[in-house]
Amino acid sequence: MAIDLRGKRAHADTAFRWLAFASAAIVLLVLALIALTMAGRAVPVLDRMGLEFFTSRRWSPADGRFGALPFLWGTLYTAAIAVALAVPVSLGVALFVTQVAPRWLRAPIVYLLDLLAVVPSVVFGLWGVMVLSQHFGLGRSFLTAGVILAIMITPIITSLAREVIETTPESEKEAALALGATRWEMIVGAVWPHSKAGLVGATMLGLGRAMGETIAAALVIGSSLGQVTLDAFAPGNSMPAVIANEWGEADELHKSALIALAVTLFVITIVVNMGARAIVERSKR
Amino acid sequence: MKTWIALFAVLLAGCGKKTSGPGGSSVTLNGSGSTFQKSFQEVAIEGFGKANPGITINYGGGGSGKGRQDFADLVTDYGCTDSPYKPDDKAKAKGGELLYVPILLGAITVSYNVDGLDTLQLSAETIAKIFQRDIQKWNDPAIAADNPGATLPDAGIVVAHRSDGSGTTHQFTMFLDAAASGTWKLKSGSTVEWSADTQAGNGNGGVAQIIQSTKNSIGYVDLPDAKASGLKFAAVKNAAGKYIAPSAAAAQAAGDGVEIKDDLTFVSVNAKGEAAYPITAPTWCMVYTKPADKAKGAALKKYFEFMVGDAQKLVPEIDYAPLPKPLQDKALAAVAKIQT
Repeated sequence: MAIDLRGKRAHADTAFRWLAFASAAIVLLVLALIALTMAGRAVPVLDRMGLEFFTSRRWSPADGRFGALPFLWGTLYTAAIAVALAVPVSLGVALFVTQVAPRWLRAPIVYLLDLLAVVPSVVFGLWGVMVLSQHFGLGRSFLTAGVILAIMITPIITSLAREVIETTPESEKEAALALGATRWEMIVGAVWPHSKAGLVGATMLGLGRAMGETIAAALVIGSSLGQVTLDAFAPGNSMPAVIANEWGEADELHKSALIALAVTLFVITIVVNMGARAIVERSKR
Repeated sequence: MKTWIALFAVLLAGCGKKTSGPGGSSVTLNGSGSTFQKSFQEVAIEGFGKANPGITINYGGGGSGKGRQDFADLVTDYGCTDSPYKPDDKAKAKGGELLYVPILLGAITVSYNVDGLDTLQLSAETIAKIFQRDIQKWNDPAIAADNPGATLPDAGIVVAHRSDGSGTTHQFTMFLDAAASGTWKLKSGSTVEWSADTQAGNGNGGVAQIIQSTKNSIGYVDLPDAKASGLKFAAVKNAAGKYIAPSAAAAQAAGDGVEIKDDLTFVSVNAKGEAAYPITAPTWCMVYTKPADKAKGAALKKYFEFMVGDAQKLVPEIDYAPLPKPLQDKALAAVAKIQT
């Protein structure tokens, strides 16, 4: 009996190992296939435009000319605005919840923030159109998009920051307090060195999310063509918004150009994530 | 964005009616495409459903590009579009030989919002200059020349256009390309290179909303949406040199003056004829000559006969123009070619 059982176990072990391996392989395979087919379909426009695809400001599908610079700019600029607005708030909330708030208040705040994270982006987008751009007179602009994206990434950054901050050993915090440090000095001296890397990672993940957001950005960014400016009140455009807006009626070359935008976005997101990891790794040492 | 809405609509339609007729002879037809004729599809489907309870029809909208793609890939049973396939793409349609059936004509207005200016006349040249920002003030001499005696304000013009790729943009720019060929530099297409200092709205409704809420603005909006938003619109100078206000009748007059090709495709912008409104857009539905499924084929033939036949009476109610008689006869002859 015992031998039998062991045999079965070995079987189950092998099966599990292969199943787990297959799952992991499928994820990588899907990612590689997506990258490959997308890159393949982006070739016609890159062939035609060359590097100008990334440096030209002219996006004229009717003319067969595609320059993605304004959309690259819009994506990076709105994401930067979003991160600049969201990070201080997120850190504040995370520190408040973990270090300052009375215990009974922590659970409700965390619950509300998590709720903010599950609101569908189209709801934020519509709210942005109706309230931010019309009621508050921000119009549809880089800034409106940045504010909406900031609201969307705040719960993500907060929840990661909270988890990171909570990993600070209690003993070190108590040691700081025992030495006569104020709460602020304890945060600066004990919590910050411990969570620096994790906080950078949280920020980068928020950045990645802000760059890829489509529908909310498409609704509030203004969809203007050729805009490369620091004026945050000007209407602009971003890569995902252009793809969403123009795909339906695009002809072959135009579609290829939109796919090339998607590939570019894909690459930028990967680079940002790899950068985040590198920073996290380095600051761990 | 329209694509997502359409997808959602298709999903909804899929969850909805699944009841089959008592004899089990129920047929469901799916179509997608042109949003320009979506309101017509809605009234036509309603009217058709009353007389043919065994046939359920779902129209997903989603834009002409989606309509052509879905139909070519056999995702839908019929597709509707405001512009025909390019020759290469037509050959890729998986269901074989296809028919273009003209459905209706519609006027695209040049709508504006200027206090105290209740009538406005514009020539193609002037419209071209306004939309490519060569003219930036309402009291520009070119606008004044089109409107003798009118008091034009010394105010900057705000130009509104579509943010999404659109058949309406395509027809509007085709008109400017044809009627103001020396002046218009942005060519024609579903998206053109609008200047950065212009505003963009999603769909006809989005552009109408910008015009409604922005003083001294101007934009192109299809007639039903312009009327629904209570916008003022310009009379546009046609090929015969007359200023014509957009209306269902003026759009139908444009249909009288077009040159119809053998496959029933035609261009209806800048049409000749004294009463023709020059920014008139056509729209077609497409069906395969030999539908693979016989039951569906018979239902499709019936529905197409209804669209170009009895349903034409419903067209003026929704501010579109029915097909002129000669075109309607040709459309009926085309529908007769559907083999069942």
